[in-house]
Amino acid sequence: MEFYIQLVISGLVLGSIYALVALGLAIIFKSTSVVNFAQGELLMFGAYFCFAMVVQYKVPWFWAFLLTLVFSVLLALLVERLVLRPMIGEPVISIIMVTIGLSSVLRSIVTAVWGTQIQVYEPPLFPETTVNVMGIPISQVYLWSFGLSAVLLALFGVFFKFSKAGVAMRATAFSNQVALSMGIPVKNIFALAWCIASVVSAIGGILIGSINGINIQLGYFGLKVFPAVILGGLDSILGAALGGLIVGVLENLSDGVLKSAFGLQGIKEVAPFVFLVIILMIKPYGLFGKKEIERV
Amino acid sequence: MSVAHCGDFRQSYRDDMKVLETRFVRVSVGAFLVLLYIFPLLASNYLTSTMTTIGIAVIGALGINIVTGYTGQISLGQGAFMGVGAFACSYFMRIAHLPFWIAMPLAGLATAAVGMVFGLPSARLKGLYLAIATLAAQFILQYLFIHMDAVTGGSNGIQFPPPEIGSFVFDGDRSKYYLTITVAISAVLFTTNLMRSRDGRAFIAVRDHHLSAEIMGVHLFKYRLLSFSVSAFYAGIAGSLWGVYTGYISAEHFTLTESINYLAMIIIGGLGSVLGSIFGAVFMTLLPQFLTVGTGALAQIFPKIGFLIMSLKDGVFGIIVILFLIFEPDGLAHRWRLIKAYWKLYPFSY
Repeated sequence: MEFYIQLVISGLVLGSIYALVALGLAIIFKSTSVVNFAQGELLMFGAYFCFAMVVQYKVPWFWAFLLTLVFSVLLALLVERLVLRPMIGEPVISIIMVTIGLSSVLRSIVTAVWGTQIQVYEPPLFPETTVNVMGIPISQVYLWSFGLSAVLLALFGVFFKFSKAGVAMRATAFSNQVALSMGIPVKNIFALAWCIASVVSAIGGILIGSINGINIQLGYFGLKVFPAVILGGLDSILGAALGGLIVGVLENLSDGVLKSAFGLQGIKEVAPFVFLVIILMIKPYGLFGKKEIERV
Repeated sequence: MSVAHCGDFRQSYRDDMKVLETRFVRVSVGAFLVLLYIFPLLASNYLTSTMTTIGIAVIGALGINIVTGYTGQISLGQGAFMGVGAFACSYFMRIAHLPFWIAMPLAGLATAAVGMVFGLPSARLKGLYLAIATLAAQFILQYLFIHMDAVTGGSNGIQFPPPEIGSFVFDGDRSKYYLTITVAISAVLFTTNLMRSRDGRAFIAVRDHHLSAEIMGVHLFKYRLLSFSVSAFYAGIAGSLWGVYTGYISAEHFTLTESINYLAMIIIGGLGSVLGSIFGAVFMTLLPQFLTVGTGALAQIFPKIGFLIMSLKDGVFGIIVILFLIFEPDGLAHRWRLIKAYWKLYPFSY
């Protein structure tokens, strides 16, 4: 039994990080209707930049963390201005392809600068001792990751609901033209969406990096987030959070159950995608997504 | 002998449907085909085998262009479908002891069936969601390649027996070239003709406006599924030929990177264009070769930054894709049309 509880807990932690990255994906999709296939690379870039600060330049964690956030904002502005803005109004396939091209550019820069070996944060961000929660030992990284993700998700929820920029973003998501005619600078909103997405992914990258170490495979995280966003509905922020948690737990449980029952190795990598196909067939617009009412 | 008509002189439907309009075009295409067939007699083995990979890429690119370029359904699983074809063909040849000539079409059909399964979500989805569904297909199939040991040999890969006619075995560079190029030419012909038929026009109607298409009596789901399976059929054939080319197949080749390569081919070449598929396939097959030569040379001049240059190879691919999308969104086929239009009335271009 404890084995399964452990699985659920680590699933929740993984899920909360999925939720963070899914939040970034959903924000970009909601306001700019771009599906960002380079989300994982933004995450990886953030994780590596923080690694460079902490390990290579011995910057204290607090400052390193802040510097990483600043860096990811700059990166997002650069990417949005140079790559995404010329593509406004192009067909879906071109936009998907341009983000795929972007992901391979970012990946190659990371490889060129930091190589391909697995790296760990030294000193670690969180203490390595475990704490007992109701008799079950949980490492502090897990608790911190979960807590930090939850706080961030709540913060962004409030931001979208009440702040002026948040309302402007929702207006832009509703209709670019209407927003523009109401005096909302739509291009700045697009840039803001990319910045938020890049920042939350960088935080996700640091968290996942402190759990598993960072390497070039981190980029795949961005693809594994798709099941979460699809389950939640591509354009829903609450959906992204819930979808992330559900997919994280399901992934871990399916791994534990199927491995012990059928001896299936490595099902963890593919389980979210099987799940994704099932969701797409049953409930294509997810739990909270906006339904497009038309017959196709 | 006019090079190309400078206006619209068609007087019958027969004229309108012609693929090669003037004698000049017919002669030059004929000459090109002859050149293709005598190519291996003149060129080195290396060039011949490069041409073979281009031929395979042309077939794969035509396939993905049918589903993505003509029908407008983004597919991110072409690489995995090629894998299905390759493993199926090898399975039929090794276990069922079928000759290659039966195994290859069968493998194509098997791949078409798999493609149809992953095309099923298109009953309710379009555009983006479908792209993500095919992404899932890619990962699920990749998982199966590694774990269905009996069929695919697991992570070690599996042998691909060479095709034979009587006592002649296709195992040299030249014989593989002739096999591939013949299949590739038939694929080009078949696609061109498919797009002149009702089915092809239905594909284009589905892409251009699905609601109008439905009102005009085009069964959307049927044609989406059909385009998925035709595309997967091409992928299956291309995969089988890839098996012939390498003689040994493993899951490593049929990754997401390969699928993205095919998508890049048709975007660079031109969506919804047979000629574009060919241009894209040539470009994307030669590009890595040139990059390897180029980076190798640079690494020799600057040995210290050799590692850096090698790792930027991937980035150059990305930059080229981005630049193409921003500056040449209609692809090489469009540029080709512009060049033709320029020379058509030369020197009186207006």
